[in-house]
Amino acid sequence: MEKTLNNFSVGEEGMVKRVSGERRIKRRLFDMGITPGAIVYLRKKAPLGDPLEVTIRGYELTLRKNEAENITVEVEE
Amino acid sequence: MKKFALAGNPNSGKTTLFNLLTGSTAHVGNWPGVTVDKKDGVYKKCAENVAIIDLPGIYSLSPYTPEEVIARNYIIDEKPECIINIVDATNLERNLYLTTQLLEIDTPMVVALNMIDAVEKAGDTINSEELEEKLGVPVVRISALKNTGIKELMDKAYEVSSKPREAKTVLLKSAIRTLIDDVKSALIEQNVSNPLFHAIKLIENDEIEVGMHKDLVKIIDDFKQGFNDDIFGTDFEALVADGRYKYISKYFAPVVSSKKESKEKLTKSDKADKVLTHKIFGIPIFLVILFAVFHLTFSEDFLFLGKIFSLPTLEELGLLTEEGEPLNYGVRVLACLYDGALFSPGVIVNNIWNDLLVGELFGWLGGLVEASNMEPWAIGLINSGIFDGISAVLSFLPPILVLFLFFSILEDSGYMARIAFILDRAFRKFGLSGRAFIPMIMGFGCSVPAMINTRTLADENEKTATIRVIPFFSCGAKLPILTAVAGAIVAYFGLGNADLITYGMYLIGIVTAIVSVLLLRSTTLKGETAPFIMELPAYHAPQFKNLMAHLWDKVKHFIKKAFTIILASTIVIWVLTHFSMSWKFLADEEINQSILAGLSSLVQPIFTPLGFGSQLGQYGWVFVVAVIAGLIAKENVIATFATIASCLITSANLDFGSLDVMAENGIDAVQAMIMSTRITIPALISFIAFNMTTIPCFAAVATAKGELQNSKRYKGTLLFWLLSSYIVGAMIYTIGSWWWTLFIWLVAIALVVVFILIKNKKINLKPRRAK
Repeated sequence: MEKTLNNFSVGEEGMVKRVSGERRIKRRLFDMGITPGAIVYLRKKAPLGDPLEVTIRGYELTLRKNEAENITVEVEE
Repeated sequence: MKKFALAGNPNSGKTTLFNLLTGSTAHVGNWPGVTVDKKDGVYKKCAENVAIIDLPGIYSLSPYTPEEVIARNYIIDEKPECIINIVDATNLERNLYLTTQLLEIDTPMVVALNMIDAVEKAGDTINSEELEEKLGVPVVRISALKNTGIKELMDKAYEVSSKPREAKTVLLKSAIRTLIDDVKSALIEQNVSNPLFHAIKLIENDEIEVGMHKDLVKIIDDFKQGFNDDIFGTDFEALVADGRYKYISKYFAPVVSSKKESKEKLTKSDKADKVLTHKIFGIPIFLVILFAVFHLTFSEDFLFLGKIFSLPTLEELGLLTEEGEPLNYGVRVLACLYDGALFSPGVIVNNIWNDLLVGELFGWLGGLVEASNMEPWAIGLINSGIFDGISAVLSFLPPILVLFLFFSILEDSGYMARIAFILDRAFRKFGLSGRAFIPMIMGFGCSVPAMINTRTLADENEKTATIRVIPFFSCGAKLPILTAVAGAIVAYFGLGNADLITYGMYLIGIVTAIVSVLLLRSTTLKGETAPFIMELPAYHAPQFKNLMAHLWDKVKHFIKKAFTIILASTIVIWVLTHFSMSWKFLADEEINQSILAGLSSLVQPIFTPLGFGSQLGQYGWVFVVAVIAGLIAKENVIATFATIASCLITSANLDFGSLDVMAENGIDAVQAMIMSTRITIPALISFIAFNMTTIPCFAAVATAKGELQNSKRYKGTLLFWLLSSYIVGAMIYTIGSWWWTLFIWLVAIALVVVFILIKNKKINLKPRRAK
């Protein structure tokens, strides 16, 4: 099943399928290692529910929900 | 001298390695045109001395952030003899992403595999020979923290620096290899250096490259016509990034072999993080840490020991003379540490510095000048102009440094990134990111380190807006104004509660800051909130050596400014207060005849809407003089009242009854001002608010100038401060004096809000057309 990263609940994991969005943000996401095929794991949400903290390529990355919306992830059901 | 450039990801240990290589030769400045630190130094243990240039920490060579543009321009234009690419071995995949881009430049290169000790400790192994073979450049295992492998690294770098290296790319197995070849050949025909690098950047449709080689864009567009990737279409920027990571996962990642499945095991850092960013406790813990920092820096009752045990004061111990002076030198030293309560470390450092060192030095120097037979005006200029100016500036050093030290520890340990993470949501409502919180809260201590800290903000508009509102977070030096005026209001008019007034003023400052940010971000400093896609580095103990190097940079910067712009402005104010219009030298007590008093009477009507203008009559100029004197340091506002009060006693024969106008707490001095001008309570409150929100001290102004770089923004900032303080003052005075003016203000505010909304097209005035 495909869903965007902003709709993940804590502890969910999946494989990145597509990254869309504005050029600058997309490039930044790619540069930080969020590319198709990478495994992304939602580690936690900030106390106010946003931004998110994910594990990607062995390190911790934080991004906002509206940025995570650009990332489509394939999740096993 | 050969130049070696140090390139790598943030948090890869680059600063530690740089400090290790260059030691005391390091020099910190700014890259031209931006406030990104430019660090260089000399490494002396190779066959010849080599210059080490520390490039900004970056993840990529994209054209989108100033750091990345600086790094790539430096390598391409300045042609260093070697690139030392420092790579965090505990996070190889993402770190090698930058490496694959650096490989595309023809410059000789060495990869420093840093933190190899941490990898081994975790029980993993990295086959560095295999990595070296695959990358085609030397790989040296080092630990910058433990100082191992450094000599080998530098010898290797020195060795390769004299051999040319041909660029290579990992993209040769991707779908666009023929395109890369074609563009590269075209560039070689044009004699462009680093053809491979430029070719790939062109294919990525990189803004900087496309402008330089318009003729070649056609080749790429033609290729695009017949190309369509399943996932990326013709988005080559994405295709290239993906190609790099694909290659890294396939060929480089296997050099790491993990002994165990480490995912289940929580590291120390993970455990710390679980608590520090906890859903419920995260924010309270942060508030406690913040309180601790300010308590350690500014509290005069450390750990509340004085209150808890009702400790005796020095006076009660009989250690003071009748005049309240320490009995002997020993007591003077003791007074720096204790008086009825133990002082916090920050206050102790401050007292020792100001009372014993700086105070003593300038006291002695001043005595020498007094004893000389110079003209009185020259003695005055040197003693109360230059010396007092310098010591006023130097007195800022301890709080700036102590505050900076604590915040550097938070930054270095990795906690600062988590603060941004916790608070981002709340700040986004105002058009700022979570990172803006730290500089603002530092403003309560001192605006200078707060403004320097805005460097962590990536977006130029966000940074400018933050710098502009920092002074509204009332700093330590403004507190005496608040307490003296509030105390005087209570003492003279016999109403209210001084603490309540003081807290209220802090609140007015914060509200002004919030309103200003909203206003700025929707008018002159518009823009989307900068993206918040950043690494959360693992927590680690901060390093003493790095902290000290960091602090030393700040001291140097500040002292340089102190002796140039700040000192010059201080002297100008001194001249204005100590000479009459006919250039006659005046003693302190003759301030009423000074140029400044004259000018103040002239501009006095401007302040009428604020309550301390023409309506105050003959002596109304005193408040304007105090405001201007406050530009040197906000402590001067109240000190000026004391000087003026004693001036009025002698020159105007005013009688202030039992008031001790030179009293240290300033409450009596303010009362004397109230008696001589008959100023009202709303006008006094307006006066405090004006001082809090107007142009800050020269030290802060100089810092703002340095951080803003752009002179238009700097002038805009000065204007903004003048306007904001004027409006806040006028609002308080008019509403306080005539309550019904509240409605006029509300209407005015509503009009401004509607006007901004229309301008920003949030409200559509035109009726919608029916389709």
